[in-house]
Amino acid sequence: MTALDRVARRWGRLIVGFPPYVWLLIFFLVPFLIVIKISLSQAVMGIPPYTPLLEWGEGAVLTIRIALGSFGTLFSDELYAFAYLNSLRLAAIATFCCLLLGYPAAYAIARSSHSVRNLLLLLVALPFWTSFLIRVYAWIGILKTEGLLNGLLLWLGIIDTPLQILETDLAVLIGMVYSYLPFMVLPLFATLEKMDLSLLEAAADLGCRPFQAFISVTLPLSLPGIVAGSLLVFIPAVGEFVIPDLLGGPDTLMIGKILWAEFFDNRDWPVASAVAVAMLILLVVPVMVFQRLQGRATEGTR
Amino acid sequence: MTQTVAQRPTFSPWTDPESVPLIRFEGVSKRFGDFVAVDQVDLSIHAGEFFSLLGASGCGKTTLLRMLAGFETPTSGRIFIDGTDVSAIPPYERPVNMMFQSYALFPHMTVEQNVAFGLKQDGLPKAQIREKVRDVLDLVQMSRFGGRKPHQLSGGQRQRVALARCLAKEPKVLLLDEPLAALDRQLRERTQLELVGIQERVGITFVMVTHDQGEAMTMSSRIAVMNSGCLEQVGTPVEIYEYPGTRFVADFIGAANMFEGVVASDSDDLLVVTCPELESDLTISHGGSVPVGAPVTVMVRPEKMVVQRDRPSEGMNGVKGIVADIAYLGDVSIYHISLPSGRRVEVLRTNLRHTGEQELTWEDEVHLAWHPANAMVLTR
Ligand SMILES: Nc1ncnc2c1ncn2[C@@H]1O[C@H](COP(=O)(O)OP(=O)(O)OP(=O)(O)O)[C@@H](O)[C@H]1O
Ligand SMILES: [Mg+2]
Repeated sequence: MTALDRVARRWGRLIVGFPPYVWLLIFFLVPFLIVIKISLSQAVMGIPPYTPLLEWGEGAVLTIRIALGSFGTLFSDELYAFAYLNSLRLAAIATFCCLLLGYPAAYAIARSSHSVRNLLLLLVALPFWTSFLIRVYAWIGILKTEGLLNGLLLWLGIIDTPLQILETDLAVLIGMVYSYLPFMVLPLFATLEKMDLSLLEAAADLGCRPFQAFISVTLPLSLPGIVAGSLLVFIPAVGEFVIPDLLGGPDTLMIGKILWAEFFDNRDWPVASAVAVAMLILLVVPVMVFQRLQGRATEGTR
Repeated sequence: MTQTVAQRPTFSPWTDPESVPLIRFEGVSKRFGDFVAVDQVDLSIHAGEFFSLLGASGCGKTTLLRMLAGFETPTSGRIFIDGTDVSAIPPYERPVNMMFQSYALFPHMTVEQNVAFGLKQDGLPKAQIREKVRDVLDLVQMSRFGGRKPHQLSGGQRQRVALARCLAKEPKVLLLDEPLAALDRQLRERTQLELVGIQERVGITFVMVTHDQGEAMTMSSRIAVMNSGCLEQVGTPVEIYEYPGTRFVADFIGAANMFEGVVASDSDDLLVVTCPELESDLTISHGGSVPVGAPVTVMVRPEKMVVQRDRPSEGMNGVKGIVADIAYLGDVSIYHISLPSGRRVEVLRTNLRHTGEQELTWEDEVHLAWHPANAMVLTR
């Protein structure tokens, strides 16, 4: 390979790999910078409803006015801390439930015969064919006091009085587990499917019972899928707005709802932006921990 | 090593009617749907043997081995290990261990953890496990690599770890599915000897699958030749090569010149066969008793013939032809002799003289000669 080839190859790679980064730069980073900017300003009445960050003063003096008041608000009112914690808690429980439900499902799909497998995968993806909003609305019909679930339980004689499920954290959890389950199943399926089955035979051959083989071989080898699936569920679940808004009650505190309220009810853009920035910072930490975990877990499994 | 060579000929438990085999297949068949992968196999393997299953690709060797390990259930027939019918025993309770063709090392464990895995299942105390792991890694000369993960090892090193992992369990039988297939020729030849050495030291019965006949010949105490699910012949390497039982075995193991013919006469110890392809009748000095007129195949190995300019002496079989082709291989040359009937015969000749010049060359008229004792009569 000549030096010229090398240069051509490197540029070729850059050109192919570049467009997605340009896309992200323009449509993610720039808006995010704007959000940061707003979070550092003060709310005012007017359009836009916040003070500018940079201002040309008298004699062409550039003034930078940074207001940390919005972030201060996050600390002064414990409502925000509760909302953050509750979001993390609900998202974590939802992720865990998705894992408990999704792992056996992914395992069954990965071990099924090829003809059945495609059908099962299609069924996992099927909900995406209907609007997310409509599917969450449908849960209202199921969970409400005189809804399908209570009707069924009453009819079966399991309960005498209808349960209050709608407008509780439980309803939010049910909605999140339902909505995000495919995001857990698909990456898990991908790792389980490419696992070398002769490893399980080797384990059995070495005197390992099936359950123990699952614990010591299948589970560690599917860790990348567990991590990927958990991230795909956990991150959007933390910032979820639609599900707590529709299924949760007035006292279901979630950060997505707070954000919405600050923006549209209080019209306090700086505080809303600060909430968003804080949420991002809060999410980056667990994600980095997960990434590290995944890096260690996948070492040598390829 | 010299010691083992001296011991070897005396090790032949299969000739002893008193000896109880360690492994016994009784009419074992395996069907996948309509396809018969293993067909009515009866086979006995004795303790301490290095037994090879040899056959072309797809003939059912792996399937037979996997039934022994417990990964496949026979469609019919029974398998005994050490006197117990193992049909209902799951793989994790069988006293056998298998070394997989792909090695199947656990990618998320280090070499030491891989080797210790089987011992942990047995619930051995930690100290004992550590000691055993060290011992077997020493045995396969992999102690220096105990902390590495499989992906950090070469193919040959992985193969040793896989072997060590099985050996650590001290099974009654070790099953090896083409253990050396992934190695290059040099490493492979060295490993063949190592494997035989290890087998002799640990005294475990080895059952090995291979489709490399040279490998089977060098390593095995006995070989079973398989052909599309059936056992063609079971015997020592010498028996299989010198006294093949069927045309398939004769053809599959080594090179063979085969002449179709019919038995003309059968005196005390000399069988005379008339072959339409040859001008004169062939005599064979051990053919068992074959009825006159029966169709047979006469088999002569290329190295059992001599190629010469003069007529062969009285009592020898002789065939006339011309040299059609010479393949020079360095140590030996293979002469392709064209007979008047158009038939080609292969003869092997050692290149005794240190010169590139051959005394025989293309288009030379020559005679092929062999002693009646050097041919075989095959009826199947
Ligand atoms: N699970 C299965 N389902 C259907 N057919 C199978 C299955 N396993 C093996 N076979 C068939 O059984 C036959 C024997 O297979 P086997 O793996 O025992 O061959 P082999 O002698 O080990 O060949 P190779 O030398 O190529 O490894 C093959 O024709 C194969 O296609
Ligand atoms: Mg095979």
